[in-house]
Amino acid sequence: MSTTLRFDQIRLPPECETLRAEVRAFLAEEIAKGTFDPHRPGNGDSHNRAFSKRIGANGWIGMTWPKQYGGQERSFLERYVVTEEFRVANAPVRLHFVADRQSGPILLKYAPEHIKQDILPRICRGELCFVIGMSEPGSGSDLFAARTKATKVDGGWKINGSKIWTSNAHIADYMLGLFRTSPPTKENRRHGLTQFLVDMKTPGITVNPIIQMTGQHDFNEVVFDDAFIPDDHVMGEIDGAWKQATSELAYERSGPERFLETFYVMLEMVRALGPDPDLRSAEGLGRLVAQLHTLRRMSVSVAGMLQAGKEPVVEASIVKDVGTIWEQKLPGRVRELTAFLEPEISNRATLEEQLAFATMIAPKLTIQGGTTEILRGIIARGLGLR
Amino acid sequence: MAGGSDHIVAETAARIFADLADPQTINRTQDDAWKARLWSALADAGLPLAWVPEELGGSGASLAEGFEILGVAGRYALAAPLAETLIAGWLLARAGIEAPAGAMTVAPAQPRDRITLDKDGTLSGRASGVPFAREAQHIAMLAGSTIALVAAKDCRVSDGKNLAGDAAGTVTFNRVKPIRSASAPAGFDQAALMLMGATARSIEAAGALETILSLSVAYANERVAFERKIGKFQAVQQNLARLAGETAAALTAAGSAADTIAQADEFDEAVFLEVASAKIRSAEAAAEGSAIAHQVFGAIGFTNEHVLHRFTLRMLSWRDDFGNESWWAAELGRRVAKRGADEFWPLIASR
Ligand SMILES: Cc1cc2nc3c(=O)[nH]c(=O)nc-3n(C[C@H](O)[C@H](O)[C@H](O)COP(=O)(O)OP(=O)(O)OC[C@H]3O[C@@H](n4cnc5c(N)ncnc54)[C@H](O)[C@@H]3O)c2cc1C
Repeated sequence: MSTTLRFDQIRLPPECETLRAEVRAFLAEEIAKGTFDPHRPGNGDSHNRAFSKRIGANGWIGMTWPKQYGGQERSFLERYVVTEEFRVANAPVRLHFVADRQSGPILLKYAPEHIKQDILPRICRGELCFVIGMSEPGSGSDLFAARTKATKVDGGWKINGSKIWTSNAHIADYMLGLFRTSPPTKENRRHGLTQFLVDMKTPGITVNPIIQMTGQHDFNEVVFDDAFIPDDHVMGEIDGAWKQATSELAYERSGPERFLETFYVMLEMVRALGPDPDLRSAEGLGRLVAQLHTLRRMSVSVAGMLQAGKEPVVEASIVKDVGTIWEQKLPGRVRELTAFLEPEISNRATLEEQLAFATMIAPKLTIQGGTTEILRGIIARGLGLR
Repeated sequence: MAGGSDHIVAETAARIFADLADPQTINRTQDDAWKARLWSALADAGLPLAWVPEELGGSGASLAEGFEILGVAGRYALAAPLAETLIAGWLLARAGIEAPAGAMTVAPAQPRDRITLDKDGTLSGRASGVPFAREAQHIAMLAGSTIALVAAKDCRVSDGKNLAGDAAGTVTFNRVKPIRSASAPAGFDQAALMLMGATARSIEAAGALETILSLSVAYANERVAFERKIGKFQAVQQNLARLAGETAAALTAAGSAADTIAQADEFDEAVFLEVASAKIRSAEAAAEGSAIAHQVFGAIGFTNEHVLHRFTLRMLSWRDDFGNESWWAAELGRRVAKRGADEFWPLIASR
């Protein structure tokens, strides 16, 4: 392996800017209607079924997928624009976001035709919430330690065990879950796991809430007690799920949501500093702007390379590593840079509320979707060190 | 850009550097004899005056091609006034002034230094930290809205050096009579010169980081401690992954700024955001990246004999030229503040 890193200079094509204007107009209208308050950062982590349906009606969910399944056959760069505009507005997209980003593409690749016909158009209409069933009490970073078992029965599989930290399971329609169908082999400890499509209404599935340190209820424990999954719900190769995580991971890792999750504190800081900040604040702000701009250029570059059919796996991991560290440190930087502001600035209450929220959620940013240490391990492998 | 033939200028530069400016070889030599040989090869290939149109004595390459030369120069930690001559030629061309042969540099090289044009047509003022002023025959300069070419021997050049030992003296102009002078185009000012210089330094720093990353990874795969290659230790791997992240950030920011200038009709708000970001982020990456690389190399990397310092010290010095990262950050911060919160995201998204 070589150590050459590649970040092509990708600019968003003109059609992206037309689309951006449409998305902004839509968001402004929804904000005016009172659908959500862009100043309340928790919004981005919340869901709103009716809102997701309106987004779907605009063709902004599954927008890169084939038309025959309800998609729009638009580019990943166009999807990029939609994702970043919704994220920056703190719009509640939780309901459809996982399906749009990763579950849909997996179904497109591995689901039998009748399931694609049935489910994908409903995702595109904003009707379905998907969740990721990977982590277990004894299996987090080490995905291949998963023990929740799928046992072959007549016409399908019986699932027993539990998944944990499952975001949105309490509102979910489907899970893409990783279950053990065979023990690992001596030669390959990754062998023996299979990916399944799970209808969350299946008898034998119980969802128990887990409250986060912020007081919010986002993730859950999902317990399986003889839950039956039909044969046609197996996604891909039995025992071979480890082969299936390829370029999808690059999409998952490098998107704008990987560095914009605390962006609102920076925006509110700009408001608080006013048009004529002191030297210390101006310099601090300038550095943050440079870092943000650079991250976004890196992220757009990866999106563009993916669109062009390349597989920038190491580059995508770098974007997530650098991006999540940045968004995690951002609340602390904003706290320092606003420390000496006059008490009577008009948006102090909003800023303080947002800072408190961002400070509380900061720890998760370098854990969810693969920890910093795991990402750096992937980068090191790409550099030829492992 | 696609296809190999588009990069022919950069490939030529790379060939010349590999032959005549190999950092390892230079590090072992005691004298400066390599400099003259290198310069004549570069001049034969038309590289120093790449940004000068043919009718003004140059080779008329595009801005993009010139930036690629600088990327290669950074990968070799080039200790010769190539970037400076490129920018000098570009500056002179703004005013239609023919470029002389030989090495040049530019002044001012710092945003707050000012040269003034006296009524009698002579130039006065002080420019600090002018890179390679001692080795340049000519200085291309900007005094207000006048672009001028002066002979270096007509100015007083102090002995300053940067961290890497490259000449970086203060140039004092005391009623210096220019060889030629002409008006800069409307709207062209010292900010434009700083933008061009800062872009060049960002690209060079990113290039240096690319080599530093390769050297560090290669060393980690070679050096043995506790009966293992040190690259097998997770702590070392994680540090090198961070170095890759810093390299990626510098490469992206600098490449983005270069791409923007190469496409731009004027030095507008977009150019400012791109270049300021590149200078700030590449300087931050230089500091982080240098620290990580030296940690990986241990004591050997701290020796004069080892090549690493040629890259790290030069890259750290480049942070100071054409406005350091703190200056650019304060300027960028002020501009963003002035635009206001509602215009902030649209600015980022516009790039
Ligand atoms: C907000 C949130 C939402 C989540 N949503 C979901 C979801 O929807 N679905 C889902 O399946 N999971 C979800 N997760 C789980 C997430 O994927 C795991 O938390 C993550 O993979 C880490 O696993 P762990 O928590 O068990 O930590 P562990 O794996 O126990 O790691 C603990 C610490 O040890 C370090 N460590 C572990 N292994 C190594 C190693 N080899 N080298 C160096 N260091 C190591 C880690 O980096 C970490 O610092 C979510 C997590 C969070 C925080």
